[in-house]
Amino acid sequence: MLCDICGKKPATVHLTEIIDGQMNELHLCEDCAHQKSIQMEQQFGLSELLGGLAEFEKPSTDKEAANPQCPKCGLTFADFKKIGKLGCADCYRAFHRYLAPLLKRIHGSSAHCGKTPHRESKVSKRKPDLKELRLRLQKAIELEAFEEAARIRDQIKEMEKETKDSLDKPKKE
Amino acid sequence: MKLIDLLSHTSEWLKGIGPNSDIVMSSRVRLARNLQAYPFPHWAGKKQAEEVLGKVTEAVQNNELLKSTTVFNLSDLDVVDKQFLVERHLMSLDHAQKKNSKAVILDPDEVISIMVNEEDHIRMQIMQSGFNLFEAWNLINRIDDSLAKQLDFAFSPQWGYLTACPTNTGTAMRGSVMLHLPALVMTRQINRVLAAIAKLSFTTRGLYGEGTQASGNFFQISNQVSLGRNEQEIIESINSLIRQIIEQEQQARELLLSRERPVLEDRINRSLGILRSARIISSQETIELLSMVRLGCDLALLNDTRIDRGVINELFIITQPAHLQKLENKRLSSQERDIKRGEIIRERLKL
Repeated sequence: MLCDICGKKPATVHLTEIIDGQMNELHLCEDCAHQKSIQMEQQFGLSELLGGLAEFEKPSTDKEAANPQCPKCGLTFADFKKIGKLGCADCYRAFHRYLAPLLKRIHGSSAHCGKTPHRESKVSKRKPDLKELRLRLQKAIELEAFEEAARIRDQIKEMEKETKDSLDKPKKE
Repeated sequence: MKLIDLLSHTSEWLKGIGPNSDIVMSSRVRLARNLQAYPFPHWAGKKQAEEVLGKVTEAVQNNELLKSTTVFNLSDLDVVDKQFLVERHLMSLDHAQKKNSKAVILDPDEVISIMVNEEDHIRMQIMQSGFNLFEAWNLINRIDDSLAKQLDFAFSPQWGYLTACPTNTGTAMRGSVMLHLPALVMTRQINRVLAAIAKLSFTTRGLYGEGTQASGNFFQISNQVSLGRNEQEIIESINSLIRQIIEQEQQARELLLSRERPVLEDRINRSLGILRSARIISSQETIELLSMVRLGCDLALLNDTRIDRGVINELFIITQPAHLQKLENKRLSSQERDIKRGEIIRERLKL
């Protein structure tokens, strides 16, 4: 079998790429495979992607705030855009106004509702509120995740019922 | 425990047991945690990284739930050792490649693996055989709770566990399931399935995680979103997706059986024939052929019914380059490996 790119040398490297959920097979010779790996690194670096996302959120032209720095570890927002990683836990506070929209864009939400690390920690008892559930329902429908949507719908119904009940008889919680 | 002991031992996740183990190879849950007081590994100085390593190691050694584990400092391991651990899915390729103050902590059954100073200070995983995410979650949740009593984890009430990369922030949990989907590939439905998975914000990767190719019809599917849902909700959403994919694979298998049985039987038994006769065989060819034999096992189409899934699962791993070199206890060239590989396969599949 000859290389898919140069068509001259025998293919010894066999790649299966998954791009946007499409699987493609590539058969390459050693040289073309090496080229391809450099190219892939350049194209699909996560840091690039994150940098791009953050760029999108950058507020117009604010000279001071354009490149804030974390007071604890010294990482600047420009560093973050370049490497795609934060420097320390305090960076989350230092870059709060930039990170909030970024996290929302990545995860579709910016509120943690999982477990907490406290001594008595079990999985968090905080329940998502009605507003949040309705948002999630909408998202699930958009994504055609109907099983998930039905589950959220039931949760909303239950919560609405609870709220109604508690109007008559306030519940302890 | 020594690293070499793992070689003569079958990892828990390779046993080929557990729910839906015909289609699901393994289930794994990973949590990322960082120490509040230190910069993330990529931004930490050498001394800070050493301190993190020291603190985490000490906590692990004093932890009741982690009594059976052994700490391996990566500076004590050579290239083959590291590759060996990557092949066994006990650490990431990334962890093996970069230097300085890193460790991997393992239990003898290879259920628990904790990487220290990878992208985050702590990356712990639980890996089980078959379709078993909740069990993996329950165990890792207990370990995390007890480590949280010893170490001060970086956490914000609004954003949850804080990680080096914002794509992991929140629960910092990734649940992933390794699926063997030969029938969806053969019936050319796999692209439709993968497209649907991507649309639902799940990620598909190859056999060895991020940036690796999908080979031998293995696909690793995991959640992308880690913020805005709690751990159970995330796991339940992966479970419901996986259940649907399992169903589709089952339907595709039935379709092949009812319409193409002779072709399927031919392909499966030829694959077994080649594996039993080859004197020189590459790892790529091995994986492709083993995938067919594994399918033959599942569908009872092998002309030799004594071959079981456990044997096949193990062959996937022990025929990898570093495993062969560990078995031989010396460095082997590519061709020497191909010869050794043939030998081992013939030995294990002997009549």
